[in-house]
Amino acid sequence: MTHAAATHHTSLGLDNRKMAFWAFIGSECLLFTSLISTYLVYKGRSVVGPYPHEILNIPFTSVSTFDLLMSSLMMVLALAAVQRGDMKWGKIWLFSTALLGLVFLGGQVIEFTEFVHKGLTLSTNLFGCTFFVLTGTHGAHVAVGVLWLLTLWVRALQGKLGPANAMTVEITGLYWHFVDVVWIVIFTVVYLIP
Amino acid sequence: MSEHAPGAAAHEHASVRTYVRVALILTLVTAFEVGVIYIRLLTPIVVPLLLAMSAAKFALVAMFFMHLRYDARPLTAVFVGPLVIATGLAVTLMTLTGAFLVFGR
Repeated sequence: MTHAAATHHTSLGLDNRKMAFWAFIGSECLLFTSLISTYLVYKGRSVVGPYPHEILNIPFTSVSTFDLLMSSLMMVLALAAVQRGDMKWGKIWLFSTALLGLVFLGGQVIEFTEFVHKGLTLSTNLFGCTFFVLTGTHGAHVAVGVLWLLTLWVRALQGKLGPANAMTVEITGLYWHFVDVVWIVIFTVVYLIP
Repeated sequence: MSEHAPGAAAHEHASVRTYVRVALILTLVTAFEVGVIYIRLLTPIVVPLLLAMSAAKFALVAMFFMHLRYDARPLTAVFVGPLVIATGLAVTLMTLTGAFLVFGR
């Protein structure tokens, strides 16, 4: 990113990219709330199994949740390192964040595969349809985040990422933390609420 | 931060120690969330309890990890505005379709 592009600000004195990204996150809130409320509206209305209590593995998903929470910690540590110009730790934390994202995605693949083997698919019942659309959309967001993080990590390895690009890392972090907060809600609404 | 305009307020973010403390709290709350669903005594209040803990975790991540506590207020407004609208729409939709009855079963 050129220096000229990095110095554009809104009339409020805020970085225009940051403001635009928060607006994007606001629109994503509407998307995920629509998917979560669709899940809740159809909750308990499936006429054939498998039903949620028969199939959801709470201990397994709790570990995935912990994994995603820790990836958020890695992300803020990466941003803090890049802001103070410590690119060695910046690279380590960026890669750790991406790695924990990949672990989460791996867990989701295992979970989905197990569900399909137990007879739950997108077209089995209302639970399957709403569950796979909601968690699949979230998983797709995680996948995009992992690709984004790995791109930043490669740029850091090439020496193209430093304190001058801290805003780029901050915006990536905003996306990653948003993915995390969405999972916080999904974990409670889909897995924990009986 | 180096990319702020000369007239813009440069907002300091939290320290690494604060980030680690927040992560520890998030982990403890998650453990408590998982624990309460197995405590039969808490069954009558488990749904509001889980929702409150989820909201607390959401707020912690947004305030500290997403820096809303330290950043300019307009950024908070751009996020919280759609969030309030979305939550209102979700509650309205669920009320109209009787989805809240599910929690009572």
